[in-house]
Amino acid sequence: MADLSCTTAGIKSPNPFWLASAPPTNTGYQVANAFEAGWGGAVWKTLTDGQPIVNTWSRYGALDYNGVKMMGFNNIELITDRPLDVNLREIYEVKKRFPNNAIIVSLMVEATREAWHDIVKKSQDAGADGLELNFGCPHGMSERGMGSAVGQVPEYTRQITEWVQEVASVPVLVKLTPNVADVRYPARAALEGGADGVSLINTINSIIGLDLDTLAPRPTVAGWSSHGGYCGPAVKPIALNMVSQIATDPQTAHLPISGIGGVSNWKDAVEFIALGASSVQVCTAVMHYGFRIIEDLCDGVSNFLDERGMTLDELRGASVERIHEWKELDLNYVINARIDQDKCIGCGLCYTACEDGAHQAIFSERRADGRTYVEVKPDACVGCNLCSLVCPVDGCIEMVEIPNDFERCSWEDVTSGNGTLAPRPVHD
Amino acid sequence: MADEAGLRISPFADYKPLMDRGAALVEANRCLNCYDAPCTRACPTSIDVPSFIKKIAHDNLRGSARVILEANILGASCARVCPTEELCEGACVLHDLHEEPIQIGRLQRYATDPVVLGQKPLFQSAPPNGRRVACIGAGPASLGCAAELAQLGYEVVAFEKASEPGGLNTYGIADYKMDYATALAEIAWVKELGVNVQCNTEVGKDIPLASLFEDFDAVFMGVGLDGVSAIGIPGEDLEGSQDALDFIAELKTRPKEEVSLKGLSVAVIGGGNTAIDAVTQASRLGAERVYLVYRRTRERMGAYAHEQELARRDGGIFVLEAAPAEILGEYGRVIGLKCQKTRSDAQGGLEPVPGSDFVLEVDRVFRATGQAKHRAFFEQLEGLEVDDRGRVIADEDGRTSVERLWTGGDCVSGGQEVVNAVAEGKRAAQSIHQTLEGAR
Ligand SMILES: Cc1cc2nc3c(=O)[nH]c(=O)nc-3n(C[C@H](O)[C@H](O)[C@H](O)COP(=O)(O)OP(=O)(O)OC[C@H]3O[C@@H](n4cnc5c(N)ncnc54)[C@H](O)[C@@H]3O)c2cc1C
Ligand SMILES: Cc1cc2nc3c(=O)[nH]c(=O)nc-3n(C[C@H](O)[C@H](O)[C@H](O)COP(=O)(O)O)c2cc1C
Ligand code: SF4
Ligand code: SF4
Ligand code: SF4
Repeated sequence: MADLSCTTAGIKSPNPFWLASAPPTNTGYQVANAFEAGWGGAVWKTLTDGQPIVNTWSRYGALDYNGVKMMGFNNIELITDRPLDVNLREIYEVKKRFPNNAIIVSLMVEATREAWHDIVKKSQDAGADGLELNFGCPHGMSERGMGSAVGQVPEYTRQITEWVQEVASVPVLVKLTPNVADVRYPARAALEGGADGVSLINTINSIIGLDLDTLAPRPTVAGWSSHGGYCGPAVKPIALNMVSQIATDPQTAHLPISGIGGVSNWKDAVEFIALGASSVQVCTAVMHYGFRIIEDLCDGVSNFLDERGMTLDELRGASVERIHEWKELDLNYVINARIDQDKCIGCGLCYTACEDGAHQAIFSERRADGRTYVEVKPDACVGCNLCSLVCPVDGCIEMVEIPNDFERCSWEDVTSGNGTLAPRPVHD
Repeated sequence: MADEAGLRISPFADYKPLMDRGAALVEANRCLNCYDAPCTRACPTSIDVPSFIKKIAHDNLRGSARVILEANILGASCARVCPTEELCEGACVLHDLHEEPIQIGRLQRYATDPVVLGQKPLFQSAPPNGRRVACIGAGPASLGCAAELAQLGYEVVAFEKASEPGGLNTYGIADYKMDYATALAEIAWVKELGVNVQCNTEVGKDIPLASLFEDFDAVFMGVGLDGVSAIGIPGEDLEGSQDALDFIAELKTRPKEEVSLKGLSVAVIGGGNTAIDAVTQASRLGAERVYLVYRRTRERMGAYAHEQELARRDGGIFVLEAAPAEILGEYGRVIGLKCQKTRSDAQGGLEPVPGSDFVLEVDRVFRATGQAKHRAFFEQLEGLEVDDRGRVIADEDGRTSVERLWTGGDCVSGGQEVVNAVAEGKRAAQSIHQTLEGAR
């Protein structure tokens, strides 16, 4: 069993898996159960002080895809609607019972120095191991000038982070919103404000869909709806990209990251960590399957590390150096699709996909025995991968490298006159 | 599991039960949506299987039903009665992945039941074109033909000698696949397309054959096959000895209590699908012992493997290489079936084994030794060519040697499936249309 203990911006946890600030961390009862189950940390459901928080009843909507439930998930829920003192007392009790687990307290108050100072002090007194500033919530709270209304303006992000750091005695993470044109700007602002790390992504602005019987958007509140925050497995690619943008930006490259967005299994976690995250946070998958998913998260990552003889530290950021700008990619790397005729079941999916959606590079014919026979035309294949992506048979279509005599050559090389392009397939 | 009538399985049990939405979505999403799909090619009516399944996956049930019913007007029946293992599902590429094939029949039922049994209109017939076509019989072949023509604007009248339409689909197919009420409900839906059915009207008896050629522009003959002839052994006229088809028709049309076989023993003679159905049905009606008596070896049985398996699971006792010699009776009623063992030679010839007689003590004997042809009826049609086995000769469009007479279904094939009859009826309709209207 690999050692999974880790440190994120100075916050220690027995494993890199934290519950994200969300319904699973709503109460001390839940957080204690989660720690019992094996979670390394928990980011408490966002606290506030001042205006009372009242929720609508109908709050969640889901995107199902081809029979799979909750590929994507959205909500119009606000931050905690439980009294501040109750939450603080429960934080204190849970921390006392689980001294080795990380409790990070998520915060959001109106944009005044006093309000922020006050809640930071109260959270630290309750025993928080770290703070997470929620500058991400895209619905409801943003209308009141909080959440993503702060995260979308780098100046506000920097300012509030500075106020917090004036009184903070524990590490401070800034939780970023993906609802921006370029996530590197708010990340830089957080760094300038003194953040010890960033967490991302928060949810993406969305309308999850309509109820086709009534044509009312979902989740429907007495016939109306509102845009909500989108999350779940479907958003992972967006989150991975944003994490990698921060990890590859020279200004923020060293900034610790807590990765969030669509993590459902250990493989997702490996991806976030390899792209630079120190810890990963999970919400939708727990809302779907409960705290026990932590068993496979830990077990899977641990087996992965053991099989490669790698440590968690070595995994962290291992893929960052492989992310480059498009113009640096080797244009003389040539691959072609190869169909293993022994495995092929003759479904013809590759044919349809290449014929209609790619480069008409697959030949198909109905054979005497009634089967559909398919074959790649090497001269026409551009190695786009599509056929291998649609093929339902494991390992049936392989993308094989076709060696050539040309040196590597990127677009940059081409434009600077430093390289020669290998010939491309000729199309008639 | 036994209910109070002592039945192991309810005789009404659905062989291919209706799926609920959740199950249908999971199944529909398993379909790969193949190119030039082999399942479609294996369907005699060429239903675009991946297309209707994709529509199910997207909750477009009405569109799905349209794809099915445009190709096959009895799609709701076929969903239940088709030997899918031999047809579409047998061709599914998932077999090659060592996975279960897509349950195409059940998905087809899921899509068509709401429309067909819900009596929802789906198609609009063309305005009347002033032409009239008569169908002889109102079985699947005639219905396939009539539905197509009615939609093209023809006035179609189907003359049916039985008291209800549907042919063997209504009266012959085992109840666990197709029950009487469902068959009739489907036909009620088909009639809404403008098909006129006159029951209790036997052509050649109640109305003269010649009048059809006088009153109609074209005639389609879908008379199917006749009853099972006598085997020619002593005792066949005893009470309790019966044509298996009559037994099945009786249990389908009468309350089950009235045809219960509780405590009785039954022998079914034959090795085809009809024999298997009779075994299954007798067993589900509470018979204590059900024998299937067949002259040859199991390998030679005409019945599909999956249906043989069903009969065996229902407790059928297969008595193979045994020929019936005499039905034994007492006071005019069946008390046993005397059989003699047989031996097959390499050429497939059969010879009785001397001194090998044995008696099965049974109360009922059902003969399922193959349906006769309507030879006498065919003789009334001057110039009609029939092959040496009594099957009507027709080209691939169903055109016979008699002018203005088309045909299709069991009377041509000698006995296939409902889906073949529908396909042939439809093809004949297109040929009739082309001939009369010059349409493509
Ligand atoms: C026991 C049994 C089980 C079967 N099980 C299945 C199954 O599970 N699945 C499947 O797909 N197929 C099954 N079949 C086969 C299927 O029922 C037939 O292939 C199909 O019904 C043939 O249709 P048809 O229209 O050609 O003939 P039929 O269904 O026989 O219809 C002919 C119609 O013409 C009428 N008729 C005949 N002569 C005249 C006349 N002179 N005037 C007026 N009307 C007349 C008859 O009364 C009848 O209604 C089964 C058959 C049998 C016998
Ligand atoms: C391989 C690929 C190439 C694309 N190229 C372009 C492009 O050149 N210009 C463009 O405006 N959108 C491009 N798009 C985006 C599509 O037009 C579309 O906006 C996007 O795929 C979202 O739609 P979808 O996910 O519903 O298919 C591309 C999409 C794909 C998948
Ligand atoms: S890799 Fe792309 S171009 Fe080549 S055969 Fe596959 S789909 Fe066609
Ligand atoms: S998608 Fe795969 S299995 Fe299907 S025809 Fe193409 S190579 Fe064969
Ligand atoms: S062969 Fe099977 S998987 Fe392919 S389209 Fe037909 S039912 Fe679907």
